[in-house]
Amino acid sequence: MHDQIRNDLREFIGDNYLFGDHDRLPEDEASLLEEGIVDSTGVLELIEFLEDHFGIVVGESETVFDNLGSIGGLTRFVAGKTMAGQPVG
Amino acid sequence: MCGICGVVVLDGPPPDRELVTRMIGRLRHRGPDGSGLYRDDHAALGHTRLAIIDTEGGAQPLCNEDETLWVSFNGEIFNYVELGEELRRCGHRFRTASDTEVVVHAWEEWGEQCFTRFNGQWAVALWDARRRRLVLSRDRMGVRPLFYTRDRRRIAFASEVKSLMADPTVPRALDPVGLDEVLTYWSTVAPRTVFRGIEQLEPGYVAVLDRDGFRRHPYFSIDFPDRGTEPGQDIEANAVELRERLVEAARLRFVRSDVPVGAYLSGGIDSSITAAVLARYTDAPLHTFSLRFTDAEFDEGVHQHKMVAELGAQHEEVVVSAADVAEVFPEVVRHTETPVLRTAPAPLFLLSRLVRDNGYKVVVTGEGADEVLGGYDIFREGRVRAFWARDPGSATRDRAVELLYPWMERNPGTAPAFARSFFGQDLDADDPAISHRPRWASTSAVKTLLSPDVRAELDRGPDVVTRMPAGSEAWDPLSRAQWLEMTTLLPGYILSSQGDRMLMANSVEGRFPFLDKDVVELANRLPARHKLCGLDEKHLLKIAFADLVPEQIRSRPKQPYRSPDTASFFSGPPPEWLTEVTSPAALADAGVFEPRPVAGLLAKAARTGGVRAGNTDNMRLLAVLSTQLLHQQLVVDGGAASDAPPPAPMTVIDRVQHVRSTV
Repeated sequence: MHDQIRNDLREFIGDNYLFGDHDRLPEDEASLLEEGIVDSTGVLELIEFLEDHFGIVVGESETVFDNLGSIGGLTRFVAGKTMAGQPVG
Repeated sequence: MCGICGVVVLDGPPPDRELVTRMIGRLRHRGPDGSGLYRDDHAALGHTRLAIIDTEGGAQPLCNEDETLWVSFNGEIFNYVELGEELRRCGHRFRTASDTEVVVHAWEEWGEQCFTRFNGQWAVALWDARRRRLVLSRDRMGVRPLFYTRDRRRIAFASEVKSLMADPTVPRALDPVGLDEVLTYWSTVAPRTVFRGIEQLEPGYVAVLDRDGFRRHPYFSIDFPDRGTEPGQDIEANAVELRERLVEAARLRFVRSDVPVGAYLSGGIDSSITAAVLARYTDAPLHTFSLRFTDAEFDEGVHQHKMVAELGAQHEEVVVSAADVAEVFPEVVRHTETPVLRTAPAPLFLLSRLVRDNGYKVVVTGEGADEVLGGYDIFREGRVRAFWARDPGSATRDRAVELLYPWMERNPGTAPAFARSFFGQDLDADDPAISHRPRWASTSAVKTLLSPDVRAELDRGPDVVTRMPAGSEAWDPLSRAQWLEMTTLLPGYILSSQGDRMLMANSVEGRFPFLDKDVVELANRLPARHKLCGLDEKHLLKIAFADLVPEQIRSRPKQPYRSPDTASFFSGPPPEWLTEVTSPAALADAGVFEPRPVAGLLAKAARTGGVRAGNTDNMRLLAVLSTQLLHQQLVVDGGAASDAPPPAPMTVIDRVQHVRSTV
């Protein structure tokens, strides 16, 4: 399941923030902020995607860097949420 | 206000009169009331005139008594009456009542020191025919533009790049290093421009070309006292002094004009103060002009109307929609002559048109208050980041970011923890640019769209920090942030792309009391805590004018001036010009951006309509559109769309062909 989540995230980030230039996708644990891929307003697109695509709800207290700041962090966050009983879209 | 241009050739054939005539024509919008050309064997000076002071007698170029010193002047010297009296006492004789003639005699009397005496906004060219010497000068803060292109023996200068490009031998190419600065700081840093081979004179500088070559040096530098050594520590006394100086600055800008002067009213505190001062301290009826938006997120109509009622002013407003922005944007870029990362200049273009349509050609505005008196969010961010840098673990300090952006519909407070990570990047307490790193980093994300060829030319990043004055490490951190703002964004974007260029596009002169010489001098020596008190911005200004501005406006959270960005172009079918300038062929021709990610960006914009577009994507789209327009207008077409006959009446004094005429 991790792989599926990770692939979906990579595809979304590649399409939405890198405009299809998937060669520029960062390593799993690299910071999306420091790589200049997601900014403080662009993160809302990411949250919308998580909610629409994976059918989870992202609470305000969960919008922390550990959860949203890297592909690895996002994958673990989504997996944790969906394993806790939420559906996967 | 006016347009100036000219060519000086130290040895070689005389400057081409036809060329200078074309250069003048391209500045027609800056001065539709008349034009002038002076030429001798080595110099030609051109001028287009917006007649404001001595509307009968002030034609230019203008000379001294024996016709050895010629001047082409754009701007205003607001203390020209006082300087004129002083010069008359020194024995100078005046033929006109214009401030331009004061420039001539002041130069004769004081030489370069004259510029330190001027309180005003100017770009000027002085030609000393006897010494065969050209002198260029620009005001302290960079209100008026002045570009040039040169080699050792020849220089061409002009108020706008399009005028220089009337000469087909001037290079027509975008400069990758200049683009890199724009895609970091939002503007180039003078003397750089985004065009190869074209420079601009730095604000506060004098340049000289004569037989000893070309050289330039500052007559003014932005300076601050060391932290803790500020001379006036009494906040009440400083408030009184700030008020006195601002009232005088606004009053001078209102009365030193032979035509009526209007006022912009944004709904914020700065323009409310300038308008209120004019209403209280001058006799003439006040006419105010405001910008409204159909989109409620950007509209400040409620506050504008509150202030209009308070002032009893005659009021006009223009309501701007997304479609309006899209329609005028190519014309806007024709005047900014630099890429812009926001549509914000476009509504200001429509506002100056409203002013012009109402028969006014001068307005007073609140511009400069945020830079001079500490109003920008970036100063608050800088202070929050400095807290963090000193004590990274502090939980209470951590929450401060949520106080930063109460105004933003999509504010970082919506994902506060994430925003903390964003503003917590690159924290180094010793970094002189600690305030500006988040902005520069987020703006730099636009560069991911650049083509490999352009990226290859960017061997090292922009370096404005290395130009900070020696001793600035002892300033208050707010002062360092102000210095950065006054060196980059203020002259390069606020006063040009949102200022002079949008105003002059419709032949309107802007006047800025907050950038008055005496106001800036006082503001720069205030203790930082009087400007930014905690996170309360422009604290001293609010105290100083508590009685003139209603509480509703004084205490409202600051709302930065913004307009719809991506949504302006994609809320309906994109305009035809957009499809043209972003075609694969046009992108390939300019060679600045990679076509594939640009196509992805445009597809995303079309899909979302720009609704809830992120900051980076908005900047990316605007960078692409404005750069592509610029490439088309100035690199491909060479500015031909700006060709126009010099405005009549045109006075020509040609000593090469022995012509003196006015037609």
